[in-house]
Amino acid sequence: MKKLSPSECAAQCKVIRRHIIEMLCAAGSGHPGGSLSATELVTAIYFHFLNQDPAQPEAPDRDRFILSKGHGVPVQYACMAERGYFPVSELATLRKIDSRLQGHPVKGALPGIEASTGALGQGLSIACGHALAGQLDGAAFRVYCLLGDGEINEGQVWEAALFAAHRRLDNLIAIVDANALQLDGRCTEILNIEPLAAKWTAFGWHVIELDGHDLPAIYAALEEALAHRGQPTCLVARTVKGKGVSFMENQVEWHGVAPTAEQARQALAEIG
Amino acid sequence: MGSSTLKLGRATRDAYGDALLELGASRPEVVVLDADLAKSTRTGKFQQAHPERFVDVGICEANMVGVAAGLAAAGKTVFCSSFGSFLLCKAFDQMRMAVAYPGENVKFVGSHGGITLGEDGASQMSVEDFALALGLPGCVVVHPADEVSAKELILQVAAQPGPAYVRVGREKAPLLYADASGVKLGQARVLREGTDVGLVACGMLLGPSLEAAELLAAEGVQAAVVDVHTLRPLDTATIARVAEATGALVVSEEHLTTAGLGAVVAQATASTCPVPMEFVGLSGYAESGAPDQLLAKYHLTTADVLAAARKVLARKR
Repeated sequence: MKKLSPSECAAQCKVIRRHIIEMLCAAGSGHPGGSLSATELVTAIYFHFLNQDPAQPEAPDRDRFILSKGHGVPVQYACMAERGYFPVSELATLRKIDSRLQGHPVKGALPGIEASTGALGQGLSIACGHALAGQLDGAAFRVYCLLGDGEINEGQVWEAALFAAHRRLDNLIAIVDANALQLDGRCTEILNIEPLAAKWTAFGWHVIELDGHDLPAIYAALEEALAHRGQPTCLVARTVKGKGVSFMENQVEWHGVAPTAEQARQALAEIG
Repeated sequence: MGSSTLKLGRATRDAYGDALLELGASRPEVVVLDADLAKSTRTGKFQQAHPERFVDVGICEANMVGVAAGLAAAGKTVFCSSFGSFLLCKAFDQMRMAVAYPGENVKFVGSHGGITLGEDGASQMSVEDFALALGLPGCVVVHPADEVSAKELILQVAAQPGPAYVRVGREKAPLLYADASGVKLGQARVLREGTDVGLVACGMLLGPSLEAAELLAAEGVQAAVVDVHTLRPLDTATIARVAEATGALVVSEEHLTTAGLGAVVAQATASTCPVPMEFVGLSGYAESGAPDQLLAKYHLTTADVLAAARKVLARKR
C-alpha cells in the first residue's frame, strides 16, 4: 500500500469525516462524536501504519486493529472503504437490515473486523490474546487497540493493562481517544479517570501523551511505540469529541445522535 | 459418594488434567489459561509439562476470556479454566461477546461444579452454570459423570472447533464406564434399560439414579437410567425413545432445576414425546458442609430420586 504522509493523511481525514457525517445521516442513528474525535488516529493507522492487505484481511501475519470503543465504528468503516476492503457505496448501508456494516463491529460480518465489540471494555483483552499469540509464535505482527476514555471506566481494561505489562507485550499499542466526554457528561464529572498518563505508567506501560488531531505528532508517537521494546505502549491522545463540526465539538449531546439532512449539509460545508 | 454399590473413581477434574497432558503432547497449538486456580482445576499438570504454553492470568476472569478469544482468533486451541462459578458468573459477557458471538475455538472448563465442593460454601458453588452456558448460542455444554467419560469427552470437545463449556467436579466420582468406547459427545448413554420409568441424569446424580433403579427393580419396577453428559447438542432421539418406552421421566442434576438439564429435557420431550416428569435438583444456594451432608440436606440422594420416581409413577397411572 502507499503510505500516506502526514499532510496527505490530513486530506484523507477530510474524506473520512465526510463519510462519517453522510453515513450517520443516512442511517438516522449512530455515534458521531466519538467517530470524529478518533478520525486522525484511525486514519493514520489505516493509511500509514497498519500492515494489512485489504484483499487478505485474515492473513496470519497481518497487523491487527481492534476497535474496543465499538460505537466509534463509522470511522473504521470509512477508512476500510477508502482503503479498498469494500466498496465506498456500501457505507450507505450502515445499521440497515442485512448490512455487513453493523451498528457496532461484528467479527465475521465484515472481513477485516477483528473483534465483536460494543459491550465496552473488552477489546484490549482480545488484543492481548493476539499479541500473546504473536509472542508465542515469534511472529512480527503488531496489534493496535483503540479505546475511549469513557470506556476505560470498565475494570476489565485495567486487568488487561496489568496483563500486557506483566507479559511484556511490546507488540501491542493501546491508543486512548481521550475526548473527555462520555454519554452522560464530562468524564471528570461522571467517573474521573485522570490522571490518565500517570495511571498507564503506573500499570507498567510506556506512555506517550499527545494531541490526537496533530498528525505529525501521531506519526511520531506511533513510530516511537513501534520501536519501544520490553513494554507495551499507550498513546494518551487528547482529542475533541465531534472534532471538525463546530456544533458537535465538545457537546455531550452529540455522543449518540445522528445529524439531520440539514445538519449534515452544514457539517459537510464546514469539513470542506 | 452417594452411591455405595459403585466403585469410586477419581474426580472428573483429575481426568481434565490428564486430558490436557495428552492434548499438550500431541497438539502444539493447545494453550491453557487459568485464573490463579491451577492447582485446584488441575491445569497445573499442563503447566508443569508445557510452561511455555500455559498462562496464569491472575485473578482476572474477564480478561482471561478476552485473551483466550484473541489467542483462538490467532489460531490457538485454547482451554480456559477457573471454578465454574467464577468463570460463568464473572466473565459471562466476555464469553458472550468475545467467544460465543464470533464462535471462537475456546474451551471453557469450570471445575468445582455444583455443591459437592463442600466446605468452602456457596460463593464457590456453581448452581447456575448450565443455565448460563446454555444461554450462549452455539456453545457445546458437557457435564461428565466419571473420570473415564470426562477425559474422553474433553478430548472429543478439543477435536472439534468452536466454543464449549465443560463442568468438572472436585470430589471423587463413582465409576460408570469401564472404558471410553461408546462415550460420544452429543450421545446420551443408556446405562440401564427399563420399561416403567426413565431416570435421566448427569454428573453426581447418576449414582443415585442407578441405585434407585436397583431398589425399584426389587419391587418389580423396571427403571431405565440415562447419562445425558451432553446438554448441548442434546440427544433428543435417545431421550424421546426412553420417554416413549417408559412413559414417565425423572430428571436429576446438581444444578438449579429451573434452567438446567431438566429444562432442556422437558423442552425436548414436549415436542417429541410428552410424558409426566419430575425433577430432582437445586432450588437455591447451598452452604458449607461435607459433600454427603449437603447432598442429603439439599435433596440430591438416592432417596430423593426414588421419591420422585414413585411420584411420577403415580401420575402415570
